[in-house]
Amino acid sequence: MDFLRPGSWAEALEAKAALPDAVPIAGGTDVMVEINFDHRRPPALLDLNRVAELAEWSERDGRVRLGAGVPYARIIAELGDRLPGLAMASRTVGSPQIRNRGTVGGNLGAASPAGDSHPVLLATDADVEVASTRGVRMVPAVEFYRGVKRNALEPDELVAAVHLDVARGPQQFAKVGTRNAMVIAVCAFGLALHPDRGRVGTGIGSAAPTPRRATEAEEFLAAELADTGLWESRGPLAESVRRRFGELVARAASPIDDVRATAAYRRHALSVLARRTLGWVWDQYREGGWSACA
Amino acid sequence: MRVTFTVNGERREADDVWEGESLLYVLRERLGLPGSKNACEQGECGSCTVYLDGVPVCSCLVAAGQAQDREVRTVEGLAEGEDRLDPVQEAFVEAGAVQCGFCTPGLLVAAHDLIARTGQPSDAEIREALAGNLCRCTGYEKIMEAVRLAAARRAETRGGSPEVGP
Ligand SMILES: Cc1cc2nc3c(=O)[nH]c(=O)nc-3n(C[C@H](O)[C@H](O)[C@H](O)COP(=O)(O)OP(=O)(O)OC[C@H]3O[C@@H](n4cnc5c(N)ncnc54)[C@H](O)[C@@H]3O)c2cc1C
Ligand code: FES
Ligand code: FES
Repeated sequence: MDFLRPGSWAEALEAKAALPDAVPIAGGTDVMVEINFDHRRPPALLDLNRVAELAEWSERDGRVRLGAGVPYARIIAELGDRLPGLAMASRTVGSPQIRNRGTVGGNLGAASPAGDSHPVLLATDADVEVASTRGVRMVPAVEFYRGVKRNALEPDELVAAVHLDVARGPQQFAKVGTRNAMVIAVCAFGLALHPDRGRVGTGIGSAAPTPRRATEAEEFLAAELADTGLWESRGPLAESVRRRFGELVARAASPIDDVRATAAYRRHALSVLARRTLGWVWDQYREGGWSACA
Repeated sequence: MRVTFTVNGERREADDVWEGESLLYVLRERLGLPGSKNACEQGECGSCTVYLDGVPVCSCLVAAGQAQDREVRTVEGLAEGEDRLDPVQEAFVEAGAVQCGFCTPGLLVAAHDLIARTGQPSDAEIREALAGNLCRCTGYEKIMEAVRLAAARRAETRGGSPEVGP
């Protein structure tokens, strides 16, 4: 096995192009488990820790460019106000030690249906910035997840960053698991209101082969809010709307039975998470200073 | 490959390191520092917790090569010299927070970091900070006590708030 230590982003891309089978390693919280247990013996590890740009974030024109190598702990500490949904999801990842090392780039690389950043990336219409020596391309999160643990990366590509709007409406993330720490999601749900665009964004985790949006639920709620003038009036949301939203989210899932839960439980839990998070974001919207121009 | 990094303030070198090897393995098997424990090798138990550039991490999930030129502090590096334990270590002994001791090194590093960062943590903060460290013996109550004790003492010696826990 080789251990490649690029000192810059350009070197990292060159190394990946020269040896596409090299496995990138950022926080190592997925890769090292596989190596320790002999599930993976790549010809080379490509260490991304030395690439300083990957661990940086910046903000321009209301959009955050979050380097693929910024660990969850820093997202929580530094970006909770700009990216509340992603910070919330980050708080639920593993343990302090895991959050000190694990990254969104690694979550995207692993592309597990249970990855906690995915529902938020979907709900917030994030873009994944993907790069190789051939150039840079932007992949909308909704097109990034291609199958169970498969993503849109070509063999010579790396994730450079994710781009997310600074929140212009309330966001929530909720996850069901057996305890409060160190829990892989039984199911998870991300919700973002985009009052400036009259849009509702959703993301479902751990309840389908890939993370996915609940498109019908999004459209139902956006139409409901527009038709009844609720974006402007900020009136209370009928219980029937919340329940219907929950049903539509559950219907968008295609969960399986496994050791963590049955498909039926996952569907039920998702409808509860969707109903609850909708209650929370709506309360926040009514109280908060978010502006609507739908 | 050869890996060179600073451990507990000393520049150390490990040779013939396999490229897929973990920092934990290098510490224990190549550098003679068996304080950090290997229990799960999958990030679940926290018994291998060390500081990497001042941040607590599971050393079983750091590739040895990733530690090159960086600074590692293990449980062996918490005490000052041979016979002066760190106040967090003392508190663990006094509170009876150690039974079999397997989880202790990782808990000490995690608790040490918490107290350095927060001074006087609430119980909720202690639980959160130690959520990545499993103990199969104590039931955690004595560990909570030890961390409260260490934090209160630290606050005192720093001339901080005089309030001492229950
Ligand atoms: C104890 C434990 C608890 C966990 N709990 C959670 C949890 O609650 N929620 C959750 O979502 N995950 C959890 N995980 C999984 C893991 O921590 C996350 O998936 C994390 O985001 C991985 O990030 P990393 O930087 O450590 O990735 P790595 O392990 O370094 O890499 C993961 C994958 O991504 C690839 N990769 C990394 N960076 C890039 C890049 N820039 N470009 C292209 N490919 C890249 C790697 O080649 C690899 O395939 C847990 C893991 C452990 C060990
Ligand atoms: S041995 Fe590293 S977390 Fe258990
Ligand atoms: S004292 Fe035995 S595992 Fe904690």
